[in-house]
Amino acid sequence: MDLNLLTRRSACEWQIRPFGAMRVPGIIYGTEALVREMDDKVYEQVTNVATLPGIVKASHAMPDAHWGYGFPIGGVAAFDPDQGGIISAGGVGFDISCGVRTLTTGLTTEQVEPVKERLADRLFHHVPAGVGSTGLLRLKAADMDAMLTGGARWAVRQGYGRTADLERTEEQGCIAGAVPAAVSERAKKRQQDEMGTLGSGNHYLEVQRVARLFNHEIAAAFGLREGDVVVSIHCGSRGLGHQIGTEFLKTMAVSAARYKIHVPDRELACAPIHSEVGQEYLGAMRAAMNCALANRQIITHLVRKAFAEVLPQADLNLLYDVSHNTCKIEDHVVDGNTMRVFVHRKGATRAFGPGHPDLPPPFRDIGQPVLIGGTMGTASYVLVGTREGMELAFGSACHGAGRNMSRHQALRQWQGRDVVKELGLRGIVIRSPSLRGVAEEAPGAYKDVSEVVQAADEAHLAGIVAQLEPMVCIKG
Amino acid sequence: MGVRGIGPTKEAAFEAAAMALTAVTTDPQRVSPGEAVTVRCEAPDDELLLVDWLNALVYEMATRRMLFSRFEVRLSDHRLEATLWGEPVDPARHSPAVEVKGATYTSLAVAQDRQGLWTAQCVVDV
Repeated sequence: MDLNLLTRRSACEWQIRPFGAMRVPGIIYGTEALVREMDDKVYEQVTNVATLPGIVKASHAMPDAHWGYGFPIGGVAAFDPDQGGIISAGGVGFDISCGVRTLTTGLTTEQVEPVKERLADRLFHHVPAGVGSTGLLRLKAADMDAMLTGGARWAVRQGYGRTADLERTEEQGCIAGAVPAAVSERAKKRQQDEMGTLGSGNHYLEVQRVARLFNHEIAAAFGLREGDVVVSIHCGSRGLGHQIGTEFLKTMAVSAARYKIHVPDRELACAPIHSEVGQEYLGAMRAAMNCALANRQIITHLVRKAFAEVLPQADLNLLYDVSHNTCKIEDHVVDGNTMRVFVHRKGATRAFGPGHPDLPPPFRDIGQPVLIGGTMGTASYVLVGTREGMELAFGSACHGAGRNMSRHQALRQWQGRDVVKELGLRGIVIRSPSLRGVAEEAPGAYKDVSEVVQAADEAHLAGIVAQLEPMVCIKG
Repeated sequence: MGVRGIGPTKEAAFEAAAMALTAVTTDPQRVSPGEAVTVRCEAPDDELLLVDWLNALVYEMATRRMLFSRFEVRLSDHRLEATLWGEPVDPARHSPAVEVKGATYTSLAVAQDRQGLWTAQCVVDV
C-alpha cells in the first residue's frame, strides 16, 4: 500500500481522509512495515466500506487486514439502523461465526510430551476433519431448528460438554434472535451430517504449550502458566453458514436497486437493517452463529473424549470462545453519546475491555480473552481486550496471521510430506487427511503473526498476554 | 483462489470454470466420471449465472460428498441446465486439499474476446 495516501496519526494508526462518496474516514491499524505490505485492494475496500449508508465513525482495518470479498478481511464497521444503516452478507463473510476456542487442560508440557503421538492419533480419530468428512450426528428437521435456536446451549443439553462451558462462550453460547425459518432447506441439508466436524482449509485443532507470558497478572486470571498445555479449536458454521452467505449475497445484490443502494463493488451487496431482506438475513445469520457455537461445543466434547483415553488426569476447561466473522448489535460510545449499532467484524475478533457489562464475571474486571490463531508451525497468542480498544474500533482486534502467498504458490514451493517431516523435527506432530492440504497451509505461506499481535498491542486494540506454541496439529 | 474457464463457447467456458473449481480441491484426473447428476439454475445476467452454477456445483459436492470431473452445460437465455459426472470422495485416492465454501463476485466476469473466445471467471472462498 502506498503510504503517501495515508495520514499517520500515531505509530500504529493510519487515516484515509474522506473523499468522493466516503461518508467517514478509513482507519488502518498496523506498523509501517505491515501497512506497506498490505495489498492496495485493502485501501480500496476500506474506502468502499466507508461509502455505505449509515456507517458510524470510521471504516476500520486491523493489522492483519488483507484483500477480502467486498469488505477487507480484518475489516470492522458499525452501522446505525436509524440512519439508513445496512447489513451486508459480504461484510460477515461465508464462514459465519468462524472462530477460535481455547481450553486449559490442567496438564504440563512434561506430561503431554511423551504421549503426544498417541494423543494426536486419538484426536484425529475422534474429530472428523477434511473434505467430505461427516459427524456422528444426523440432525432431523426439529433437531436442526432447535440447534439453530439454541447454539452451544443446545449442544450442552444434548450431552456435549458442560454447563460451565457456556459462561466462557460469547453470548453465553446462544445468540438471541435466530430465525431457523429464514434458513433455506438447502443450507440445512448441507449441514445435516456436518455437526462436530472441523472442516478444511485453515481450520485446525491444536494442542499447544504456553511458551511465554507477557502479562503475568492477566495470565493468572485466565488460568495460564508457562509450560501449561492448552487446546485450541478453529472452525465455524460449516456448510450451513457457507450456504447462507452464498444465498444472501445474491439476494442482496439483486435487491440493492429496490432499496436504492448503489455500491462500488457487487460484493458489497447489502440491505437496510430496517428492511425485509435485512431482517431475514439477520435471522439466518444468527442461526448460523448458533450453528458455529454448537459445532465448536461438540468438537470440545470429542476432544475431551480423546484426552480421557490418553491422559485421564486431564481436566479440560474452556478459557473462552470467540467468533471472528459476525455482525452483532452492541452499544458503543461515539462522540460522547451511547449508540446502539450493528458491528460487522469480518476476520476480526471482538475484544471488549474491562468493565463491559456483556462479559462474564471472571473477565468483567480485566477484559475478555482475545484468541489469535497462528499456523501449524508458528505461535498463536492470547490477548486481552482493553478500555482504549473500546474507543478505537468498537472493541475489536485482529484475528490471525493472514496469508502472504496463494495456495497455488504454496503448492509449488512445498511438498506436504516434507512439511510434516520438517515440523516433526521441531517436535510438532501433524495429522491430516490431505498432504496437499498440508502443503497449501505451510507456515511459510502466512504472514508473521507475532508482528500482527505486536501491532495490535502497540495500537492498544488489545494487550498481549501469552504466546502459545504448537505441539500437535490436526489439520482439516 | 481464482477459477477461470476459457472456451470457444460460453457453455465451454462455464464447463472449464467448473473443472477449475474441482482442481481447487483435487486433481480432476484422479476423479472417475462414473455417476451423473443434473443441476439447474437461473439468474438475471451471465455473471450471476456463473456464480450460481459454481455454487450449484459446490452444493452437490458438499451434500453428495462427491467430486466431479466431467461437465456438460446447456444455456438458454439466463437459464442453465447441466450434467455433472463424478464419484464419491475417497480421501486416500483424491487427497482433497480444501473444500470450496462458495463462489464470490470478486473478479467476476463472463466475456468474449475479439477472437470469439469466451472467458468465465471469479474468485472462490476456501
